Amino acid sequence: MSAVYDKVAELLSDKFGVPSEEISPEATFEDLDLDSLDLVEFALAAEEEMGVRISDEEAEQLKTLQDTVTLLESKGAKVGGS
Amino acid sequence: MTVTRNHDPVAVTGLGLVTPAGIGVDASWAQILSGESAAAKDPNLEGVSVDISCRVPGFDATELLGRKHARRLDRFVQLAIVAAREALADASLDSQTWDGTRVGVVIGCGMGGAATWEEQHRRMLEHGPDRVSAMLIPMLVPNMVAGQLAMEFGAKGPNLVTATACASGATAIGVARDLLRGGACDIVLTGGTEAGLTPLSIAGFAQMGALSHRVDDPASASRPFDSGRDGFVAAEAAGVLVMERPEDAAARGARTRAHLAGYGASADAFHATAPDPEGAGAEAAIRAALADADVAPSEVTHVNAHGTSTPLNDVSEARTIKRVLGDQAVVTSTKGVTGHSLGAAGAIEAAFSVLTVEQGLIPPTANLESQDPEIEIDVVAKAPREAKIEVAISNSFGFGGQNAVLVVTPA
Repeated sequence: MSAVYDKVAELLSDKFGVPSEEISPEATFEDLDLDSLDLVEFALAAEEEMGVRISDEEAEQLKTLQDTVTLLESKGAKVGGS
Repeated sequence: MTVTRNHDPVAVTGLGLVTPAGIGVDASWAQILSGESAAAKDPNLEGVSVDISCRVPGFDATELLGRKHARRLDRFVQLAIVAAREALADASLDSQTWDGTRVGVVIGCGMGGAATWEEQHRRMLEHGPDRVSAMLIPMLVPNMVAGQLAMEFGAKGPNLVTATACASGATAIGVARDLLRGGACDIVLTGGTEAGLTPLSIAGFAQMGALSHRVDDPASASRPFDSGRDGFVAAEAAGVLVMERPEDAAARGARTRAHLAGYGASADAFHATAPDPEGAGAEAAIRAALADADVAPSEVTHVNAHGTSTPLNDVSEARTIKRVLGDQAVVTSTKGVTGHSLGAAGAIEAAFSVLTVEQGLIPPTANLESQDPEIEIDVVAKAPREAKIEVAISNSFGFGGQNAVLVVTPA
């Protein structure tokens, strides 16, 4: 998987306490027991770590982690060394 | 108007404690009996003029609650959930099988999520309002502790938080008792919680002159009724009691640890932080509690005092005890060990009163080396004292002049 996916997985594990074995590209936020408030938190963390902003409207459309990674990559998310 | 008084007691069938004296009733009670103070230097308070406190030792929320659960809860809720789990287990109640619609929750709390507030405020100042956590409000508001306990245990009856500062925990237990007497629920989880040991709130208490300045010898700082007392040591804690009407407890074969026989409340209507020097408000609360329990002042043989270790409270409270109850009451302040856990104090001390009555063992007041000559009451020092106690009271007096007194009697 991509560096952005790895970063998303790391954020979910470190900041949201999601067990790493539950994390997969197909997993939905609902599967991971993360609600709309968690999504707002996740968007803040993603902005801090990867320098791109996810709007509330975009966040509402996100279902799976793969959707999230695709959106972040399309926005030019940068991971590591920056 | 004539009011017909209901003097019925309620049964205390479960206890849960998370205190600076230990996690769990057994650990907490053992240190309370030892009379060893829990106060210590607090690295989180570095730079504050008073950098000592009484923290719950070794409380690992991630281990106890799971990381996913713990990170969404402020510490004041984390402490309360752990205490409530113990209290339910102690009462042999299973939240999977009970009728949750008949279970109430009434918890006292003075400050709510102080640490969350400070952390997010710092975040806003440093990074702007758009970086403030969406969890700020649900983590910070004081009522959330009762809401979270409802979610944790499926308790769907009346659910609220009481705020009477340092009396909040005792007020909660009194209000919970009234819900049982009135038939609004059949089981109530009640008590208090506080986790406000943050630099801002401790700086505030220090600026008021309320805290002990014995920062170089923390273990000796909380010394209720002692000549050398100079203020309280702030603490964090949670205490939860399970209460039921005695007939319900008997019907399910529950063990009753003690009875909550009375509750009385009053306001000083005097000053924001100083107690009424004559103790009129405290006296009114004690008399109301005794009338509620239908016992005479001369029948009270034990007082778990508010006993904060501040110069003003202890002398005013001692005079009130002597004037209202006479000389037969044997007094202790467990705050010598635990420090002052503010909104939790009335609840953990109600639990200690239950244990005292149940075991016939009055814990000593830590650090009572030289009793203030102005304090002319019998205060237990050095070692626990054995005594058969028929009527005990637990005093709680809050800033704002809000007073709550509970009466505890043997089962």
